[in-house]
Amino acid sequence: MADNIINVSKVWKEYGDAVVLERLNLGVKEGEFCTIVGASGCGKTTFLRMLLGEEIPSRGNILLEDSSLPEEPTHDRGIVFQRYSVFPHLTVLQNVILGLEFAQSKFTGFLFGKAKRIAVNEAKEMIAAVGLSDARNKLPSALSGGMQQRLAIAQSLIKKPKILLLDEPFGALDPGIRADMHELILSLWNQTGTTVFMVTHDLKEGFSLGTRLLVFDKVRHDPQSPDRYGASITYDIPLGMTDEKILNKIKSTTVTDQREEL
Amino acid sequence: MKRLVNIQPGKGWRSIMGLLPFILVLITYLFASNARLAVNPNDKLLPSFGSFGEAIERIAIKEDRRTGKVLLWSDTKASLQRLGMGIGISALIGLLFGILNGLIPVIRANLSPFISVLSMIPPLAILPILFIVFGLGELSKVVLIVFGIAPFVMRELQQRVQEIPKEQLIKAQTLDASTWQIMIRIILPQILPRLIDALRLSLGAAWLFLIAAEAIAATDGLGYRIFLVRRYLAMDVILPYVAWITFLAFLMDYGLRALSRFAFPWFEKETSGS
Repeated sequence: MADNIINVSKVWKEYGDAVVLERLNLGVKEGEFCTIVGASGCGKTTFLRMLLGEEIPSRGNILLEDSSLPEEPTHDRGIVFQRYSVFPHLTVLQNVILGLEFAQSKFTGFLFGKAKRIAVNEAKEMIAAVGLSDARNKLPSALSGGMQQRLAIAQSLIKKPKILLLDEPFGALDPGIRADMHELILSLWNQTGTTVFMVTHDLKEGFSLGTRLLVFDKVRHDPQSPDRYGASITYDIPLGMTDEKILNKIKSTTVTDQREEL
Repeated sequence: MKRLVNIQPGKGWRSIMGLLPFILVLITYLFASNARLAVNPNDKLLPSFGSFGEAIERIAIKEDRRTGKVLLWSDTKASLQRLGMGIGISALIGLLFGILNGLIPVIRANLSPFISVLSMIPPLAILPILFIVFGLGELSKVVLIVFGIAPFVMRELQQRVQEIPKEQLIKAQTLDASTWQIMIRIILPQILPRLIDALRLSLGAAWLFLIAAEAIAATDGLGYRIFLVRRYLAMDVILPYVAWITFLAFLMDYGLRALSRFAFPWFEKETSGS
């Protein structure tokens, strides 16, 4: 228990009568890279939102380093969404500096003079780390989808979050670019040692990235009332020990689930 | 033969076709005016272009004998002052309440229904109240314009603030932003170009309320003048005034658009891209 960075115990999430998640238990150690997969509507994004503090568990609790999770987003947890993660009115550099400016300049939200120079240098390093140095002064609208996601990652990592949450970050990208992004996220994870949770609907991606795979699925079904039971973690597999057989097995179960939902 | 929806006029054609209605109206006027003047040379309803020239010389170049001012310019100055103050104050109020209402649920719960009801009151219906409370001076005219367009600007900006993707607000919070910082660094810069859009949309209404207020109680102003000379059927003054007002309105709209393009280049790309 004690060396876990995240402890989820007996968490339920309900919206009115609809149960989304039930009896969720999970312990994650610092530095783990968890990928979360599951059929659509199985609550994997809801789970990520609870880690983020955007949603609050209906029952049970989530501990971050042995203290309960703040009930709103904070700088402990960085986030990259599939879209809209970067600010369209700021250049790449301004987008990355923003996190430093918020922390250091409570009233104006802008830094000046020496503090600004230090922040700019730090931001430039971060931008170089995600490979956007050439685009430093461009607006997000001038960047491709992959570059925007690189920017969103740099923007989060400059706050040195304890946990980095990725919500289908590469879902809208071309396969080739997606492979580049996988390489990037793995190398950044190696350098920073931060704990990563990544939601994806691409099972292959879930298998190839990370150290641990979590599959969300419904254990119990009521065909008359699909919302009666929520999803839970059905597979919790340390990666590197997986093979095709397990992949196919998970594939077959999630596919049947989707058919039943239809 | 292509479908009509697929036929694109060329560049030259487009400008000719755009000018055509103006030319047609002008020609029609000339014929009608000539026909009437041929029957009665003193007809005042459709003056000739010659009498327009004389009228313009009288109101825009020569000083008025009674006041010693050039009427068109003093009227324009008075009207633009009222309009500018009305629009400026509306912009400030709209920005303040639009952002607060759009961003902060507690304030929205408090104010949003009130502003919705406020915006339903026909502004001209309370013009008598404004005259009683604020007198017949400048203040009541400015207040009428503010009352006429500020609720629209407030509601419009509230909508625009609520349209900013929630992802951005959450992202800002994970970067340690306080409510105040979100307001001034995320919301305000993104809402300013939308404020300009809202003002452009409300220019027409602002002119309407200005001219209405001037028509009822004023001693100068563009609206005052056209309603004054109406008594003498002075179409030779009214029509140039209307053309001048239209031109001013067009200039303001054009200026606001140019300002938006110049000051918020990211906004043009953002809105044209998606």
